[in-house]
Amino acid sequence: MAKFTDHVAHENAVFIYSPSQLTYKFSDEHPFNQKRLELTMDLLTQIGALNAQQIVPPRTTTDEELLLALDADYIDIVKRAGHGYVTNAEGEPFGIGTEDTPIFPNMHEASASIVAATLTACDYVMQGKAQHAVNLGGGLHHGFKNKASGFCIYNDSSIAIRYMQKKYGARVLYVDTDAHHGDGVQFSFYDDPDACTFSIHETGRYLFPGTGSITERGTGEAYGTSFNIPIDAFTEDDSFLYCYKEAMEEIVADFRPDIILTQNGADAHHFDPLTHLSCTMKIYQEIPRIAHDLAHKYCNGRWVAVGGGGYDIWRVVPRAWSYVWTEMSDFEQPHGPLPEKWLKRWQAESPVTLIPTWDDPSPLFEAIPRRAEITEKNAQTLEKALYTLRHKI
Amino acid sequence: MLVENLMIQKVYTLKPTQTLFDAEELMRNRRIRHIPIVDNLNHLVGLITEQDLKRAMPSSLLTTERNSLNNRLIEEFMVTEVLVGHPLDFVEETALLFFEERIGCLPIVSHGELVGILTDTDILYNYIELTGAHKPSSQIELRTADQIGVLSQITTICANHRASIISLLVYPDANDSSKKIISIRVKSISPQAIIEDMRKEGFELLWPNLPTM
Repeated sequence: MAKFTDHVAHENAVFIYSPSQLTYKFSDEHPFNQKRLELTMDLLTQIGALNAQQIVPPRTTTDEELLLALDADYIDIVKRAGHGYVTNAEGEPFGIGTEDTPIFPNMHEASASIVAATLTACDYVMQGKAQHAVNLGGGLHHGFKNKASGFCIYNDSSIAIRYMQKKYGARVLYVDTDAHHGDGVQFSFYDDPDACTFSIHETGRYLFPGTGSITERGTGEAYGTSFNIPIDAFTEDDSFLYCYKEAMEEIVADFRPDIILTQNGADAHHFDPLTHLSCTMKIYQEIPRIAHDLAHKYCNGRWVAVGGGGYDIWRVVPRAWSYVWTEMSDFEQPHGPLPEKWLKRWQAESPVTLIPTWDDPSPLFEAIPRRAEITEKNAQTLEKALYTLRHKI
Repeated sequence: MLVENLMIQKVYTLKPTQTLFDAEELMRNRRIRHIPIVDNLNHLVGLITEQDLKRAMPSSLLTTERNSLNNRLIEEFMVTEVLVGHPLDFVEETALLFFEERIGCLPIVSHGELVGILTDTDILYNYIELTGAHKPSSQIELRTADQIGVLSQITTICANHRASIISLLVYPDANDSSKKIISIRVKSISPQAIIEDMRKEGFELLWPNLPTM
């Protein structure tokens, strides 16, 4: 039985943030860099899309909440590692002290603050205090219950889904548009028919983490509540959006969630240094719009968004994530030039020349060979991924 | 790798005096294609395959004829000359046997008793495991000269970046016998630095790379 309010919320949308999220920092050279939050917020503030009243500081989180999706001995080792009591060799079985997830001071506190922010977002939406909420610092989708992986220590989405199930009796649809497969979240709910996970990502044939094939559909009673669309390397906007939109519409209509949780990794862009997709800003204009529409159509508006990957923090992430917030807060979708002041401020620090406009210049890159075949293959992948929906078995 | 590491130990079997109906039902319920036939001492006395069953049965449109055959005994149509394997056989050699004899399964016998079964599906799955991603990792593919020391050069690069290697395959380049293809999965989401070093040392990267027409 649902334990959340169904009345229309007072606030349209809230932006969960505190500077403590910036302490989730492995090193100056590490590709995962939360400076992107500062760049994004500055951009939003300068166009008048984000004001102080909309920003909500996160509450704190308890170990009990973390234990909803994490093992106690893992939490313990992360706590001790952040205070200098764990060597790399001791941390390695737990995925910490590695090149991807090195040990850093107060790593437990930093990771827990990200979880807290995502839980705050969920509370706002489930209690009807806001229709939508975003925590761009969250979306650490590779974390497992007993292991850090792929830059992610605590999987805030897994914890948030369990939390919403337990506290509010909610059916949650998790949607992951990061270029990497959302493995940590998927496998946390692989046998749970009350949570549905959908991930669209670059094929794991070469790219990390390697999972996320169409045949991963869930197990036991949860068979058919896990969806994967592994698209080909060098996939472009139209093919990406076609697969995403078709899948979203059919999955939401079938699963009938109480709330949609979207993970908005911004690493499917052509510029992203870690992945091999060839998308542009166009997908980041459309992805939140489709989620937003469906949340209103099926979930009384309930939509929580988190961040995720995104490793071109200068040219890609600030614009891409701004679109999540402008969509969510009903601010008119920005186009045209970026604010002069923003460009000037951040160009001074950026190692690459910033893109001066909201939309990417066209064409952004040389024509992709085999575009037709890639598009055809992705359409076939979509068809196979939705097989259990289209042919009820 | 030995057959005993790969074989299925829980084998579904029938007795020679059971019926065609029993065989058909077992295959359907367990979604299997091969049934070893054993006596009371678990000695292998025959084998029936989905193929044998299809050959013995009339068309599914001829319902009456089919039903009239349901009670015929397995021993009437099972294959009695069965190729068998041993738990200590090598999987690599066994795979060749499947290929050369065009068989779909191999009952595994030890001390006269049936102890397991290996099918073409199991061997295929093993290949998927060997080449696939079972732990979060990224794949890099290179073409190198077939020279001594190349592999140590490559693994040194991985070690320098403290990247653990999940799997590594070396196989001949089908188009150039003086070259080898090396496919590595490393436990890292960001293999860029490794890839850069490989390029610096002059390795030809097949992946990551742009697709060619």
